[in-house]
Amino acid sequence: MVQSLFLVPVILSFFILITPSRMRFYYVLALVTFIAVLSSIPACLVLFSHRAPITWNLTEIPLGSLRITIDGISSFFILVMNFAMLSGVLYSRGYLDPYARTKSPAQFALHYFSYTWLYLSMLGVLILRDGLPFLIAWELMAVSSFMLILFEAEKRDTLKTAVNYLVQMHIGLVLLVIAFLLCEADTGKMSFDALALYFSRHSNTGLFFLFFAGFAMKAGFIPFHTWLPTAHPAAPSHISALMSGVMIKMGIYGILRVLTSVQTGFYTIGVIILAVSLASGLAAIMMAIVRHDMKRILAYSSIENIGIIGTGIGLGTMGLGMHSPALVLLGFAGAFLHILNHSLFKSLLFLSTGSVYKAYHTRDIEELGGIVHKMPKTALAFLTGAMAISGLPPLNGFISEFLIYLGLISGLSAGNVYTSVILMLAIIALSLVGGLAIFCFTRLFGIVFLGVPRKEVHQEIKEADPGMLFPQYLLMFAILAIGLFPIAFFIPVAGMVSTVFHTAFITDMASTGIVLSKIAWVNILLVILVGLIYFLRQSVLNNRTVEYGPTWGCGYTAGTPRQQYTGTSYANNFAELAQPVLNTHDDFVPIREEEIFPAKRMFRNLPADAIKGVVGRLTDLSMTALKKLARLQTGNIQHYILYAFLFILGVFILLYLKLI
Amino acid sequence: MTGFLFAIMTAVFFPGVIIRVKSVLSGRKGPGILQPWYNIVLLLRKNSVLSTTSGMVFRVAPAIYLGTVLCAMALLPFPGRPSFFGLTGDFILLAFLLALGKFMFILGALDTGSSFEGMGANREALYSLLAEPAFFILFGTLALLTGHGSLQEIFNNLPLNGNNALIIGFIAVYLLVQITMIENSRMPVDDPKTHLELTMVHEVMILDHSGFDLALIQIGTVLKFSLYGGLIANFLVPASMSFLFQAGLFFAIQAGFAALIGFLESFRARKKMAKNPQFIVILITFKMIR
Repeated sequence: MVQSLFLVPVILSFFILITPSRMRFYYVLALVTFIAVLSSIPACLVLFSHRAPITWNLTEIPLGSLRITIDGISSFFILVMNFAMLSGVLYSRGYLDPYARTKSPAQFALHYFSYTWLYLSMLGVLILRDGLPFLIAWELMAVSSFMLILFEAEKRDTLKTAVNYLVQMHIGLVLLVIAFLLCEADTGKMSFDALALYFSRHSNTGLFFLFFAGFAMKAGFIPFHTWLPTAHPAAPSHISALMSGVMIKMGIYGILRVLTSVQTGFYTIGVIILAVSLASGLAAIMMAIVRHDMKRILAYSSIENIGIIGTGIGLGTMGLGMHSPALVLLGFAGAFLHILNHSLFKSLLFLSTGSVYKAYHTRDIEELGGIVHKMPKTALAFLTGAMAISGLPPLNGFISEFLIYLGLISGLSAGNVYTSVILMLAIIALSLVGGLAIFCFTRLFGIVFLGVPRKEVHQEIKEADPGMLFPQYLLMFAILAIGLFPIAFFIPVAGMVSTVFHTAFITDMASTGIVLSKIAWVNILLVILVGLIYFLRQSVLNNRTVEYGPTWGCGYTAGTPRQQYTGTSYANNFAELAQPVLNTHDDFVPIREEEIFPAKRMFRNLPADAIKGVVGRLTDLSMTALKKLARLQTGNIQHYILYAFLFILGVFILLYLKLI
Repeated sequence: MTGFLFAIMTAVFFPGVIIRVKSVLSGRKGPGILQPWYNIVLLLRKNSVLSTTSGMVFRVAPAIYLGTVLCAMALLPFPGRPSFFGLTGDFILLAFLLALGKFMFILGALDTGSSFEGMGANREALYSLLAEPAFFILFGTLALLTGHGSLQEIFNNLPLNGNNALIIGFIAVYLLVQITMIENSRMPVDDPKTHLELTMVHEVMILDHSGFDLALIQIGTVLKFSLYGGLIANFLVPASMSFLFQAGLFFAIQAGFAALIGFLESFRARKKMAKNPQFIVILITFKMIR
């Protein structure tokens, strides 16, 4: 009975292709809801009652047997994913509406089909433990997301980006296959469960970092991130939300899954993860600040948040090595909560960005402005997301970042001098990341939504329709709920961390619980205080005459919208400060002395991804080497026969000399 | 709770003392100690002029700014007594609450669409992002030294004996004063009395606020100053003294701190705008040497 339930969604997904286009959205919505409900039941059971992992052995399927295991980590990720998937599909209808004129129904069918399969494959990634089925699900995930990015395949850039994405995902896949094969060669089994056996026999760091590199390709740790800032902007907005909110977290899932099998060397692994994460976070947010494309900024900020999650994981892993339950709890609980939080606020930001794009047909922040007057609800959604992602109270981002900070600070005096120095550097880096995030998101929200429009728009701008706003309200509600009642989310996560990493921390959990409940009180107090002050202001102003006039112009009354601060000028002082790292350059022709009547000029600050440049140089080098090798391919059959002959001769000589 | 009340009481005379010291040092008689508060009351009773460009963000920003400062003050302990919410890691919460205020303040300035205010907003964002690590390093080191994680426990368990304690105390107070100057937009970074929009940081951001809103911001600014002053006083007042002595010492330190600011501002030139980041980064490195 249970076994056949697993096949039902798979079979049902194929009907998407033949449902009439009028009904398709509702069918997909029903199907996604069905899968969400179906997968949430075991996940909730495992997560909220701290049960042992649930395991099924599927025997009556075509290709032999399949083992399915749902433990704490899987359940957590399943629940995070279900929420994001539902909000994504709800949003997709309104967003894809304008495309109905240019796209055929078949293309829509393919889009929704890929959507469902992205969902199913991610579920597969989370519940399959054997190597081969896992890798198949992993590959299906890459392919279905590739199809989703390709929705606007008529654009050359999109095509190029999607292919680039597919290639990079396969480099990651190769690393994973190699890692699994190493495990199989030693233990005879190719599965996550066999890894523990491998790790108990061998040095842990080597294989772990092979897996880490493979999964980091998906998660977007720098320097494996180069696909991310291009793929996110190319995809439709609800797909970007999913990719950033959920799919890159599958890389984190993989890292955590391997980490549960690691036996020794926790401290070294933890320190390296911490260093890589913080470097990713810092570099990514710095690069985000100088970008001009809304979605690209959000994509870079995804890398930054992956860095924050990684910081928590690194800290927790160090805690495992130092046998410090407090660090394990604070590090991992912070990381898990940040996974949830990031999926919420990043989805929200991408969805509201999608609404802006739908209305204005551009994502260039230099052409936008004053949207808050035209689309107030979308602006509120974006503001909520921006505040949450900057880690500000009373919203959810603060809770997870606070846990990680608390872990770093309590770890300061938990170990030796080296630990203190490492953690102190981590605190500096994390606080810089926090400050930079505030800089980045005040810029993004301030330039795009506030002020006056920087460019004239000819179409009528309307607020996003209710169908698109509804999922955003859901996300805003969740963001506020976690901020005001963090304890309800902390307890299950902490319980799960305790089971998964075999660490007991009842006293630490209780004390952290008290701290979190106090924070909740401060947050509630803040909301009430602000509400009171604002209410006071309103009631006072109601009895006064309020005049309206133009913004203070220092006596100059003929200002135009073009004189406003732009995204470039806002980022300018930072870009100058960080020039050695950012490597930006200006596209501007200076006015020459002999030019009496200067012609119209453009100024643009062009950012470059410094790390991408390094990667690019490497690929260029290998390309030149390969081109030299290509001379062997002459197209002449006689040459090929000669190669074969030389090969046989070589083998013969080597055999004769007993070298092989 | 005591800390909160004492900081409020300090706020009554704090700005007045600064202005008075500055006036006396420049050879003027100067206004009364309570003059800044009379000005605020006057503003509270005035009508408002709002920019037609600005929207909702501009209108809520002052309320949020003041709200965050008040919340942050509730985290302030008094020597030997816990704060209203004595929780581990409260200095993180304090920093983030103030960051929220700044976040909304910056957005409020950008909401007017003025390039002056954009300039101020952008400078404020840059300086606070540079000053934030300094704050965290300072309290991180103190947490490491004392082995505790909340403000009250840190201040109670400061090492009081030996040469080290003297050096640590001196450096910590020096840094706290400098952070206070940056966070409150005072002299070496920003000049509250400047008359040109192009050279302002904090002042330019409130150009368009008027009446009640402006008063809210000014109250917030004064309270924020006395919040930092309270932190310094907490650092210097021993926990074991009797309450009366503590109270006296607390106010004396606050008055001294205000006078020090007035003194520093009178004799210190404001740095070139472009030099400000360097100055803040130097502070950070100084802290790391420690």
